[in-house]
Amino acid sequence: MPATTLSKTAAHDPRVFDLDQLSLRELNQALHNLAPGSNETAWEVLNPKGSHSVAVGVDQPVAIDVRGSVGYYCGGMNSGSTITVHGSAGPGVGENMMSGSITIKGDASQYAGATGKGGLLVIEGNASSRCGISMKGIDIVVHGNIGHMSAFMAQSGNLVVLGDAGDALGDSIYEARLFVRGKVDSLGADCIAKEMRPEHLELLQGLLDRAGVTGVKPSEFKRYGSARTLYNFNIDNADAY
Amino acid sequence: MCGIVGLFLKDKSLEPQLGAMLSQMLISLSDRGPDSAGIAIYGAPSKNEAKITIQSAKPDRDFRGLEAELAKAIGTPVTIAVKSTHAVVRTTPAKIDEARETIQTLRPDIRIMGAGDVVEIYKEVGLPEAVVDRFDVRKMTGTHGIGHTRMATESAVTTMGAHPFSTGADQCLVHNGSLSNHNNVRRELIREGMTFETENDTEVAAAYLSSQMAHGKNLGEALEGTLSDLDGFFTFVVGTKNGFGVVRDPIACKPAVMAETDQYVAFGSEYRALTKLPGIDNARVWEPEPATVYFWEH
Repeated sequence: MPATTLSKTAAHDPRVFDLDQLSLRELNQALHNLAPGSNETAWEVLNPKGSHSVAVGVDQPVAIDVRGSVGYYCGGMNSGSTITVHGSAGPGVGENMMSGSITIKGDASQYAGATGKGGLLVIEGNASSRCGISMKGIDIVVHGNIGHMSAFMAQSGNLVVLGDAGDALGDSIYEARLFVRGKVDSLGADCIAKEMRPEHLELLQGLLDRAGVTGVKPSEFKRYGSARTLYNFNIDNADAY
Repeated sequence: MCGIVGLFLKDKSLEPQLGAMLSQMLISLSDRGPDSAGIAIYGAPSKNEAKITIQSAKPDRDFRGLEAELAKAIGTPVTIAVKSTHAVVRTTPAKIDEARETIQTLRPDIRIMGAGDVVEIYKEVGLPEAVVDRFDVRKMTGTHGIGHTRMATESAVTTMGAHPFSTGADQCLVHNGSLSNHNNVRRELIREGMTFETENDTEVAAAYLSSQMAHGKNLGEALEGTLSDLDGFFTFVVGTKNGFGVVRDPIACKPAVMAETDQYVAFGSEYRALTKLPGIDNARVWEPEPATVYFWEH
């Protein structure tokens, strides 16, 4: 796997929070107490051991290194911080992220990046089912595979998958762009393969660069998106209701 | 919600710690289900002995004198070890079915938790820690076990509604999810001759697997059948005398994490349940695929 370069180097020693010693509430409260322009720009979290909601709702541009695996909703609602999980993440990592970035060195469970509005989520391992469900502008880059029902009702943003995608990719998709390098088990309703035009190659190259992916060319991917046939009610379908 | 755990040991040196390891795993998931908890432990087999785990709401009344009465009625020595509301009845394997029927006649209020050559099942209303303490589960030794902490959704919070459910010798199952066609499947199984203790959906899943295995299928084949014959949400973890299996429905919205090392295979609803296992930092950790059967046998 190519290395990512998202962790910023801090000018001073990081503030270390050991979750064996301190509660999750103390960690998150300390992060929420950060004032704009604070010099405490580097944070380290030890012994997460699958804890839920690690570093949710951070709204300052700090770097947070989590040493181990986390449970549900890590980095949810992130606004501007750079979170690196040196392990795997449970369900809902980066849910509703607004901006900033989250990197998962291991795998991510279900609905990674769900409803995300902005920022970048990088998963260096595999993501599970429903990756990017209802995404609203987030960019997600998965080095491995993604599970079934990914990008369900995805509205905008980009989902880049270096490996394979499971069943029903992009079901009922709106205007999000999906780029998959490997095979797709099946496409969901109203999701189709689309032409890769120069602007898409350029966009994809930018995403790969931001995610620190090297040695992979945009031309190796296929693009998928909405056929736009479900946008408006079709009178011929009236019998179905 | 609900939290489920399972642990299948490959390394015999861990067997004395099975109860402690499984207890810790279950307690770590307490906030996934505070209603009731249960654990099934598969102990060392003995040629001359089979076991029935029984339960009574009035243990003082029901268990008193039962050992002698049962031994006399079936004409074979019997031992009964009482643990709080539960007791383990031991007798010769040839007499186990007769013992089971006789217990029901002698003490109609006693409930059978499970029976077999090796399995013991303990379940009660309350948090996992209270249940584990009540039955001294941490001291139990064994080869594999499964556990459950329940957040009830579709039937009453009672001892009998707690998991694991056992519907065949040394077979038991824990479930996270809810089944939607359990009434139909229950009716079909009743026609086949299966009996049910509760209205619970999970008991139907357990009985379905017992029925499939009674028809000659192995654990893996029986689990495969759940994918077409059971409708609803499920992650199942199943124990048999020498096996341990996992299956998730095709939608797979109920969480599941597994870990494997040279020493064990472990299952947890969340990674939290696995963090204190030996060597977990170097274990192969993965999320079981939807509609995919995993099973191990000794």
